[in-house]
Amino acid sequence: MKKNSSPYLLTFFACWLLWLLLTASFATDELLSGFLISLVISLITAPKMNILNGLNFHWAFLIGLVRYLVYFFYALIKANLDLAKRVLSKDMKINPRMVEIETTMQSDLGKLFLANSITLTPGTLTVDVNENRLLVHWIDCPENTDLDAITHTIVSKFENYLKGFVR
Amino acid sequence: MHLAGEIILLIGAIFVFLGALGLLRMPDVYNRIQVGTKAVTLGSIGIIIGVALINPLWWSKLLVILGFILLTSPVSSSAITKAFYRSGIAPWRETEKNKNQDEKEASL
Repeated sequence: MKKNSSPYLLTFFACWLLWLLLTASFATDELLSGFLISLVISLITAPKMNILNGLNFHWAFLIGLVRYLVYFFYALIKANLDLAKRVLSKDMKINPRMVEIETTMQSDLGKLFLANSITLTPGTLTVDVNENRLLVHWIDCPENTDLDAITHTIVSKFENYLKGFVR
Repeated sequence: MHLAGEIILLIGAIFVFLGALGLLRMPDVYNRIQVGTKAVTLGSIGIIIGVALINPLWWSKLLVILGFILLTSPVSSSAITKAFYRSGIAPWRETEKNKNQDEKEASL
């Protein structure tokens, strides 16, 4: 029973949080109508929310999430400075390649986060996800690299952070 | 507060501009999408934070917008790139450009 109730709770609180953020008021009637609507939505949709199973709840869940977000924004800003440099330089030093990398993320949610992170970080763009292989377009690929080296450069750091809160 | 908001708005706008410039300068569709996604995502984050500083009452709605942009913008660009890749457009290579130039010079 406990195993089955968690997607309901999760969907319910996500809906309610979204409602609260959008209405931005703590008036009783707002809270109550939000509560009722979130309840109905979570009852209808929770059985289909399989993607939420990827969340890995444990004592350090929030810490893992915050650490990931901090690193993510750092990588995003670094990516944009790198990109600005490339766009503004006279002879664009780019050497684009399609490379394949391997991921150890188990769940769909983990792969989604990883793919999004790869897309928003320096010089890489996820093209396709296939089982545990990701096809990545790399804007400045060094010569003569094998799968392990590429995997190590692109994903290993993100995976470390992601494993703090998803499978 | 107001001034800081305007400065961050300006930074966001600069990144969006760089994204547009990159769209013009990059050689093929994959590189263009890379520039477009990254620059426009950070640019819109900057604009949203700037607006939040200028008008702090809107912070919760802006937070929701920020979350959805961060989740959906990479997914959409991935989907577009996948469609291009499936339709058989090969990535641009430095060597091909050089080869074409050599051929041009040879024909001259």
